Amino acid sequence: MAQMRYREALGAALREELARDERVILMGEDIGVFGGAFKVTDGLLAEFGEQRVRDTPISENTIVGVGVGAAMTGLRPVVELMTINFSLLAFDQIVNHAAHIHYMFGGQATVPLVVRMPQGAGHQLGPTHSHCLEALFLHVPGLLVAVPATAADAKGLLKTAIREENPVIFIEHEALYGVRGEVPDGDDQLVPFGRARIAREGSDVTIVGVSRMAVTCERAADTLASEHDVHAEVIDPRTLRPLDLDSILSSVRRTNRCVVVEEGWPHGGVGANLAALVSEQAFDDLDAPVERVTGADVPMPYSKPLEDIAYPHEPQIVRAALAVLGGDRGSVPAGGD
Amino acid sequence: MAALPPPDVAREWLTTMTLIRRFEERAGEMYARAKVGGFLHLSIGEEATIVGSARALRDSDYLISTYRSHGHALVRGTPPENVMAELFGRVDGCSGGRGGSMHMFDLARRFMGGYGIVGGNLPIAAGIALASDYQGSEDVTLCTFGDGASNQGTFGETLNIAALWRLPVVFMVTNNQFGMGTALRRHSAVTDLQRKGESLGVPGMRCDGMDVLETHAVLAEAIERVRADRRPLLVEAVTYRFRGHSMADPEQYRSKEEVARWRERDPISSFGGLLVAEGVLDEAELERIDADVIARVDAAVAFADASPFPAPESLYDDVYVLDGKMQGWYSAATAEARSELELDAAEAEALPGSAAAANDEIPQRLSSALAAGQDGSELDGGVS
Repeated sequence: MAQMRYREALGAALREELARDERVILMGEDIGVFGGAFKVTDGLLAEFGEQRVRDTPISENTIVGVGVGAAMTGLRPVVELMTINFSLLAFDQIVNHAAHIHYMFGGQATVPLVVRMPQGAGHQLGPTHSHCLEALFLHVPGLLVAVPATAADAKGLLKTAIREENPVIFIEHEALYGVRGEVPDGDDQLVPFGRARIAREGSDVTIVGVSRMAVTCERAADTLASEHDVHAEVIDPRTLRPLDLDSILSSVRRTNRCVVVEEGWPHGGVGANLAALVSEQAFDDLDAPVERVTGADVPMPYSKPLEDIAYPHEPQIVRAALAVLGGDRGSVPAGGD
Repeated sequence: MAALPPPDVAREWLTTMTLIRRFEERAGEMYARAKVGGFLHLSIGEEATIVGSARALRDSDYLISTYRSHGHALVRGTPPENVMAELFGRVDGCSGGRGGSMHMFDLARRFMGGYGIVGGNLPIAAGIALASDYQGSEDVTLCTFGDGASNQGTFGETLNIAALWRLPVVFMVTNNQFGMGTALRRHSAVTDLQRKGESLGVPGMRCDGMDVLETHAVLAEAIERVRADRRPLLVEAVTYRFRGHSMADPEQYRSKEEVARWRERDPISSFGGLLVAEGVLDEAELERIDADVIARVDAAVAFADASPFPAPESLYDDVYVLDGKMQGWYSAATAEARSELELDAAEAEALPGSAAAANDEIPQRLSSALAAGQDGSELDGGVS
């Protein structure tokens, strides 16, 4: 085990896969000479050269499309988009092309493409650089969606993504880049898709946390244990497509209570989807309706006090957990109480 | 005038242009008979741009096209049977009945697809060229698109990146004078389309897209220059679409006289006439080529009609490359529970799109199309 920051773990995954497979190339804005907007790719240009680590023009839709074409004809491109908001400029290539080509051409072509991008609030970047949009990608058949919350998962999932035959939307979190964690040694420590991480075991309530919210949920679980004698099981799905629903359901069948926590917007969100699935599949096991904790239903404001209350924190998760255990009812959007 | 190729080559070009023409005429008829659904965009009038350009490629070069791509599949050698079956939505279609008219594909023949989004194929072409270059091959990618696509963001973005990275791609703008129903002068500030890449580092060339000899000569020069110099080029092929944008196009945006003027320059009859005048063919051989092609298209229709529809249980096939992994985002247990909500065979058979219903529907759709005085009754008002 090595201690590593989340960004270093991502960089290590890229380095190892570049070294392992000549078909792997990186493309993105300022990933080379500049070293990456969040320094994930720092040093890779010097190590692998400009044929394999390519600074691109600011043309998101086209660089994703170049990745699609290269993936169809034998390469395994990893495209970095500087933030998830910029991926909206590339939605045509991601949805109409990357996601659909395998199906629409009857299985003849494959698109082994990874599109990496960070999301998340907390750095006062306002309404065009701060959102959590994993729900948009979750919606699309043909895509796989990874949302790592730890350094170990960042590395292990990214390595799996690069070796995957399907297009992967790999969503990192800006607030996690500097967070350290234990990362297993060795080039072949892959984390499989579709297998949730039980971040903390517990028997009273199941809390599902997506992306950075998995970390926030663990802190909330500490508080629930120390101040309320409530033992929460915290589950980090790690990938949203495929989703390890079985692990979530088996936990809910033991705890009979479920809270889902996401940083994104409430309507049509990941939490809405999870709540529906749990209600459909485990209704008889539930002692209370599934509770959702979400980001506020607003564009992300710049001003710090407003930004702070526009995405979920531990107290809201604690309150939601206590609510499903018999306290007050009602969903808990951030800033809404 | 560009020099004539050897007689067997000239004969093949004429035969392939005629095949595309006769194939699409029959496709239009099959559309009116409701054998073909959705949208149907015909390239009748544009055959020289297809054959002249594709015949300048090596077999290992890549061709990538748009939603008007039946001819591009045919010119690369995809059997007409499989192209027609795709139009019919059958299991033997070249995209397995998943794509339809706008999404033909033949990986083995390096036809990298028709794409339904205007301009969507340009970045993909650059990516294919990047892979060719990275892998050290000499392969060139020919990317065709219409005049309308030259206004998309991907046009500027892709030409820039292709020039910047010296990618071996020839961008061919098939200027048929209209972006759907909007005339070139009404949709593009610069109507000299070959110049539209200059500020992006992509020099332009032009050819008469009604003349297969000139189209071939110019594209051959462009393709070999790109292969040798590793710098992209833009070629404008000036042509004209004789039929509507799609099957439900009342063509209010142009005059019958204008269409008639362009029809006088029909690329097939003019090339056929030239070959007779030059003594390459005689009239009898010309007629035989046409008759052979018509017979081939008849066979394609019969094949397509006999091909089954994809089985309902194939609905989820090829959403993902699975390799035994779980499908989609449902777990295995969940998928089982969900399957109770799916239609059973009898319910599926009763739907309007079922195989049985499709056969019942034909007379009604044909009569309404004929009553409307059009080739088809496309989607009740949808014209894209």
